[in-house]
Amino acid sequence: MSHLAVEICGLRLKNPTILAAGILDETGPSMRAVAEAGAGAIVTKSVGREPRAGHGNPSVVELSFGLINAMGLPNPGIKEYAGEVREAKRSGVPVIGSVFAGTEDELADLASLMEKAGADAVELNLSCPHAKGYGAEIGSTPELVELICRKAKKATSVPVMAKLTPNTSDIASLAKAAEKGGADAIVAINTLKAMAISPEAGLPVLANRFGGLSGPAVRPVGVRCVYEIFEAVKIPIVGVGGVASGRDALEYIMAGASAVQIGTGVWMDGPEVFGRVSRDLLKFMEANGYETVRDMVGVAHHGRT
Amino acid sequence: MLSISEHVDDAPAVKTIRFDESMVAAPGQFVMVWVPGVDEFPMSVSYAGERFGFTYQILGDGTKALSAKRTREILGVRGPYGHGFSIRGKRLLMVAGGLGMAPIAPFVEQAVEHKASVDLVIGAKSAANLLFEKRAVAAGARVHIATDDGTKGVKGFASDLAEALVKKEKFDAVYTCGPEPMIVKVLGIASARGIPVQASLERLMKCGIGICDSCAIDGRHVCRDGPVFSDNDLRSLTDLGRAKLDASGRKVHI
Repeated sequence: MSHLAVEICGLRLKNPTILAAGILDETGPSMRAVAEAGAGAIVTKSVGREPRAGHGNPSVVELSFGLINAMGLPNPGIKEYAGEVREAKRSGVPVIGSVFAGTEDELADLASLMEKAGADAVELNLSCPHAKGYGAEIGSTPELVELICRKAKKATSVPVMAKLTPNTSDIASLAKAAEKGGADAIVAINTLKAMAISPEAGLPVLANRFGGLSGPAVRPVGVRCVYEIFEAVKIPIVGVGGVASGRDALEYIMAGASAVQIGTGVWMDGPEVFGRVSRDLLKFMEANGYETVRDMVGVAHHGRT
Repeated sequence: MLSISEHVDDAPAVKTIRFDESMVAAPGQFVMVWVPGVDEFPMSVSYAGERFGFTYQILGDGTKALSAKRTREILGVRGPYGHGFSIRGKRLLMVAGGLGMAPIAPFVEQAVEHKASVDLVIGAKSAANLLFEKRAVAAGARVHIATDDGTKGVKGFASDLAEALVKKEKFDAVYTCGPEPMIVKVLGIASARGIPVQASLERLMKCGIGICDSCAIDGRHVCRDGPVFSDNDLRSLTDLGRAKLDASGRKVHI
């Protein structure tokens, strides 16, 4: 009998689908609704120390092959957000607290506050491509990634996950640095830095001009990144980027991911996407003789030397 | 990008923009309107079908810039989004406060076309602020007016006028859009008599497509689950009439 339960750095998930940071997670009740729709775990909005309104509108551009967004890390600040984490926890699924900051010390501090708020794990946002001074701007060199992970690990007792940017020539070396710094898992990928221009207006559409591309268009990039990271590190990987079906999730899992996150898929199909991906996965496993998700992790590497 | 074909004043600080293009939209659905280089905001579709259009109030810098746009200038429009009003029965009461008349006006027309009888209460600050009154009369609705200052119709609240109508006559369904305290009152009035209600809600909205959570209300989303909610949903919303989110996601009291 096949089953979907997975364990990632001590977190037990009923299925390997996780809500990605930044999607329907500004409020506790929304996160609970996503959990009820079938997500195996929830990643919170990326939260900083102070309230932040984010970028102005337009903050998203809809494309036939994905989305470009520049929300700009809006969040109510960790103090106020703690209540939302507690509310999300009532769903019963693991809650992973995403945090962003401009320095390694502030990030470590936020990781600790996220743990105090009740988060079961912390996801370090080292990869947002559209917020000046944050995210990818501090997560693009192996040295800084290692230092940030080391400080965050020291500040918390829950698992620490490093969410990495694909906007680099060598994501595997960022993953290695995170592992060396003590990170318990790698999350890959964040969005690809992108832009859309309206020819009629003669202007970039997003108020922030630059944003991050997500959805089906980035899946092949994400799968390639996970494949490279799997060969570079021993810690578990969470795959993210363009997952909206069981087959999409299987690509990530076979590339080396122990679980997947879903964000833009919620735009395409609503929160029901989690239940559907899980059902598709189980069907595939039963038809192909896989008992656990773990049995499929990294199988695309077999037969290579 | 669409070119503006008509831009008219409807009331003080309230204007309508129409396009040559058509849009299939249910009354109550909305579009995201981009003023290039300025801002993008959700707007109720006030004219659906041929030469579709939206009606807006000049409230801040973005809508001020929008109000300066002339015919043949271009705007970005994406949508329509969300769920609109749906006709339930033959005897309908609609209650619109202020700019809440923008989505109600096309719904009046649609309901009358579908052979429903429509009583419409329009509430406004003053006679000059009444929106689409003539349009509703022309469509065939019985129009009842309430103004805060008594310059036209009954002096007082639209919700009080609606209550008087509900006591006097039998309605199959009640529809409302406008200030949230009015919506809460109308919901109470109709629910007390077991009449189904649909109400269009408003929250700060960023993406408009169900991902960013900025328009969340008790785990539901105005952009995707709404803007029109029906009574079971409305009664379950503990933040209705009480709290909304600011741009950073902090809860603030209404």
